[in-house]
Amino acid sequence: MSKGIRITKGLSIKIKGSPKNQIENLPLASTYAFNLNDFHLHVPKLILREGDSVKRGTPIFYAKSNEKLKFVSPVSGTVKEIVRGERRKIHNIIIDSDGNDNFVKHKPPVLDNSSVQELIDFLLEAGVWPLINQRPFDIIADPNISPKAIHVSCFDSSPLAVDYEFMLKDRLSEIKAGLDYLDKIVNGELFLGLKSCQELFQKEFSNYKTNLFDGPHPSGNVGVQIHHVNPINSGEVVWTLKLEDIAVIGKLILKGEYLPDRIVAVTGPPVKNPKYFNLRTGANLDSVINNVEIDNKNDVRFINGDVLSGYKVNSIGYLGHYNNKLSVLREGNQYRLFGWIPFINNTVPSIYKTSFSWLFNNKEKDYDTNLNGEERAFVATGEMESIFPMDIYPMQLIKECMIGDIEKMEKLGIYEVSPEDFGLIDYSSSSKIEAQTIIRQGLDYIYKETQ
Amino acid sequence: MKIREILDNLKKPFEKGQKLEKFYPAFDAFETFLFVPNHTSKTGAHIRDAIDLKRVMITVIIALMPALIYGIYNTGFQYLSQTPDSFTTLDAIIHGSSKVIPMIAVSYIVGLSIEFLFAIWRGHQVNEGYLVTGLLIPMIMPVDIPLWMVGVSVAFAVIIGKEAFGGTGMNILNPALTARAFAFFAYPTYMSGNQVWVSEASNVDGVSGETILGMLAAGNSTEQFGIMEMFIGNIPGSIAETSTLMVLIGAFILIYTGVGSWRIMVGGVLGAAITGMLFNLWGANALMSFDWAQHLIVGGFAFGIVFMATDPVSAAQTQKGKWIYGILVGILCILIRVFNPAYPEGVMLAILLMNVFAPTIDHYVIEASVKRREKRSLNLKTS
Repeated sequence: MSKGIRITKGLSIKIKGSPKNQIENLPLASTYAFNLNDFHLHVPKLILREGDSVKRGTPIFYAKSNEKLKFVSPVSGTVKEIVRGERRKIHNIIIDSDGNDNFVKHKPPVLDNSSVQELIDFLLEAGVWPLINQRPFDIIADPNISPKAIHVSCFDSSPLAVDYEFMLKDRLSEIKAGLDYLDKIVNGELFLGLKSCQELFQKEFSNYKTNLFDGPHPSGNVGVQIHHVNPINSGEVVWTLKLEDIAVIGKLILKGEYLPDRIVAVTGPPVKNPKYFNLRTGANLDSVINNVEIDNKNDVRFINGDVLSGYKVNSIGYLGHYNNKLSVLREGNQYRLFGWIPFINNTVPSIYKTSFSWLFNNKEKDYDTNLNGEERAFVATGEMESIFPMDIYPMQLIKECMIGDIEKMEKLGIYEVSPEDFGLIDYSSSSKIEAQTIIRQGLDYIYKETQ
Repeated sequence: MKIREILDNLKKPFEKGQKLEKFYPAFDAFETFLFVPNHTSKTGAHIRDAIDLKRVMITVIIALMPALIYGIYNTGFQYLSQTPDSFTTLDAIIHGSSKVIPMIAVSYIVGLSIEFLFAIWRGHQVNEGYLVTGLLIPMIMPVDIPLWMVGVSVAFAVIIGKEAFGGTGMNILNPALTARAFAFFAYPTYMSGNQVWVSEASNVDGVSGETILGMLAAGNSTEQFGIMEMFIGNIPGSIAETSTLMVLIGAFILIYTGVGSWRIMVGGVLGAAITGMLFNLWGANALMSFDWAQHLIVGGFAFGIVFMATDPVSAAQTQKGKWIYGILVGILCILIRVFNPAYPEGVMLAILLMNVFAPTIDHYVIEASVKRREKRSLNLKTS
């Protein structure tokens, strides 16, 4: 049973260098790391110290707010370094791999005769809980609050989109095991968002509640899908997961081991041979980057995630906890003489027809990281509403977040959104407003005031 | 990259901790006029659209050009037709330029000086909005207004109309219309009546320089003007408002590039046309029975609805709100024309009034969405 939902507002950005359907396996990296920024608003409490040895699946730290919420090692080896910043805040935890990949063996509960609490406890104990996110606030789900539903987006609409059907075609049985497990926790309120062209998934997932989406980005964002299927009302909580993370949970349930392997696309205009790699969460990117050809390697930006909502990493950095994509962009740190005059520099694309680039809208284009202007006072030129496919007024919500009026933020729908939903607004703003940052600050503010 | 090197050298004393640090906004305005800066995205989306406010504003200026050039020609034409001598198009343009270009210069010099001072004082970048406002102000003035009045009106509009509210993006009223309204009420003899619309009309006996709406309000016949003349703009009026054809070219540029809101423009035309038709049916006075279609092409209606009502800062900001706002501007414009003989042209006051109500319109549009959300939660609790 599936329902077709057409998203009309939005914008699909076509960038050169989308990944070819080819997967390369790489040997285990020498080091792995946690980037604590991946776990927004959570303060880590260390269980192990530098020099301690770990197996894959050994807890390394837990969340200060809930000691059952454990974070486990993706690889066997030793804890090499705990990188701290100002006021001893932990930034990274680096683990040296010993190459053996020994793992902790778990005994999964039997689905039919376990209570929901037992199912949840097992996920917490095995260290896969951080893969479950919640809205409101777009943070790791609170295991003490039962959600009204789980939503999973099964396609990517962001620029340089990855092909989930291709990436996950060999892991369908694991995904189904994971889905069944989660389905039990929420008593059947589990929704999958599919694209109408995904025939394989439609056939394979016919036993679950599925909705078919069509339309431009951000139709693949889970927030947009929730809004159209089963919107979050005040006081409600919805969990979201990435499809490949469900495969990790499925693997844990079928085989009793935590194995956070995932297919990651390395893409972007400077990448000469964009393709997929079989990697593990937290892997050092060094070996990956040496396996692709990149133009002018010293002047590019590596982004964990997509180019709208991902974050910048160093070329010797690490793969994030949640991404299936490493985007590469040329740094746009050059001046352009009279570049602000319409129809000059037509290679720089625009949603306004002030550049001839719109004539080639179906072609993949080269983008760089230039701001193409300076930040200015908020002048509402009206582009926001036309690319924001929710019954929410984005500009007014952003303004209330800047002011910090919680009551108005609630009324305008702050609990339904996450920063990634505002990626296109960052992109298209003529005043160069940092909408995602403002929304994140607004969510954090409410979280701190209400918890 | 010679210019770049020179600029980089010039920039040094303006950088942080250097002598001229305070004046950085002024230097920055100059530098970014020449070059799109090398800034890269730091947070948020890593890629950004080519559009910025400079490009938005320059697009509006390009859209204004046909009306401005025709306005200059018409200024000369209206003046020279009073004289017995024959003249060429070039003569008209030369005469018009001698009148209009000094006004534009005064507007830019006074306005930009104030903008730069405020930018330096507040330590923010100079906003590009004034490039449009500064051109609009002379375009909507009568040609014979003394230059010092242009200067005073500009100063009033920028300081009281814009900076007092916190600068670009915060103002409630359209700054260009604020300037015109100021001049209109401060110097009424230079801004209304039947002798200000044609250059030096008062010096030539027996030539009428009244606008069509002025004639109608006074109960005179307007038979001397054909529809084509009204449409092309060969009629007395404020400098650039007369030619509906040229305004339409501008409207096309704004809508095509996506810079101007078509919703406001279409809404305005609909509102005015329907109101005009209703009055045509009533027909109690000359302005009521004035053909609705001609209402759209005389006076400043077309210019106002295309270039003034669409100002993104002072207009309604939601898509539904823009429709309502546009329609109301159109209705009010015709209402003021018909019912208030003291102000034969209603578009300025209609837009200013709707500027004031735009936040209210948006409030109710947004409130509808808020209500839908509340209702959803409520249904849930009761079921």
